[in-house]
Amino acid sequence: MELAISIITGFMILGALYAIHARDLLSAVIAGGIVGYSLVICFLLLRAPDLAIVQIVVETITLIIMVAVVLDSSRVEAYGKFDSRAWVTAGTAVFILLIMFWFLRIASSDLAPLGDHTVRMADAYMNGAVERTGSVNLVTGVVFDFRGYDTLGEATVLVTAVMGVLTILRIKGRKG
Amino acid sequence: MTAYWLCFVLFLTGLYGVITRRNLVKIAISLSVMEFSCFLFLALTGYREGGVAPIVDVADPVQTYVDPLPQAMVLTAIVIGLATTAMLMAVIIRIYRKYGTFDIREIKNLRG
Amino acid sequence: MNGMTVIVKKTTQLIAGIIFLYGIYIILHGHLTPGGGFAGGVILAGAFILLILAFGSDFLHLVREERGSTLYENLAILIVLFLALSGLVAGAGIFFDNWLPHGTPGELVSAGLLPLYNIFVGIEVAASILTIFLALVIFKEEVLK
Repeated sequence: MELAISIITGFMILGALYAIHARDLLSAVIAGGIVGYSLVICFLLLRAPDLAIVQIVVETITLIIMVAVVLDSSRVEAYGKFDSRAWVTAGTAVFILLIMFWFLRIASSDLAPLGDHTVRMADAYMNGAVERTGSVNLVTGVVFDFRGYDTLGEATVLVTAVMGVLTILRIKGRKG
Repeated sequence: MTAYWLCFVLFLTGLYGVITRRNLVKIAISLSVMEFSCFLFLALTGYREGGVAPIVDVADPVQTYVDPLPQAMVLTAIVIGLATTAMLMAVIIRIYRKYGTFDIREIKNLRG
Repeated sequence: MNGMTVIVKKTTQLIAGIIFLYGIYIILHGHLTPGGGFAGGVILAGAFILLILAFGSDFLHLVREERGSTLYENLAILIVLFLALSGLVAGAGIFFDNWLPHGTPGELVSAGLLPLYNIFVGIEVAASILTIFLALVIFKEEVLK
């Protein structure tokens, strides 16, 4: 299991690196799709079919929107010369990555190995949850019953994002 | 532990893209890569060896299920991710209409 | 934005209804099988997006469509809020209380309020994503004019 997940994650890293360095923006967007669709396979391997269903449709819609934006433009990323500002940016990037690796070394000592998850809190969400919520699908029970506040907040964020898009994309004021 | 490390490397790849790239579309792609690595990490922490998908068969209950709590969190986060990415693309398309470029340095020069 | 060829249009006519039905199935069986309001809502929006892409923007009245989807979105989240508030009035008096009788686990009509939450969150997600897509298409049309 761990080997399969590692191989697919390696592919995701390769796809992300290509997407960052590609010269044509359309191929960058499509290489970004590699990351999203590989995530679907990871979710299926990790026994999360709900997430796989959502992710495969969401990734398709994201690709449609991104391709629609990119196709209108000139599509070529303008590469400037490697001047002093670029050196500063690269130095900052390496510095931040080193700091993050230091944090990873601290945090990884507290992580249990993969598949050896302790269910201290989630025990209440699994044992006897069917009697309390009446839902056979435990994820739906958590989303709408035990953690309903989270879902309500999420729906509010969704409405706010839609209002933001409508405000940004309005050209002239609406009459009547 | 290898899967956790690779997941973190994926996050760092996205962070590297956000810091070094100057193209707005590539910054949006890098942000979504960081987002995906967070989803993968949460799903990894919920996995249990020999567990089955968290759907109870009432007639024949199995004892080992995968933890449903991280899955419920990721489920809502994915849809939010779509909405925020769409909003980012709306801002980007508006900027392109005004300045005619995706490059943030050129946009900064044009203003001054 | 123009429509596509006759072949694409015919295939879309055959497929879009089935995709829509599949989304409704995913929403209604959210408490029994994998899926639920979020997954089904995104699939419903995908069916509409497929229609818009295949038939072009002059086929549908985009502005009227966008006004309708915004209305549905706001109504759906309001109903979700009222369903959550109904727990304060009925039952044990707790916000987000699942006060309807639970029934037999594993049947279609069971789990109290959860199927209702699934349905209205599904409508909300579908309307939100459709509104975002329509706003992008309308912006493109107005710029091209």
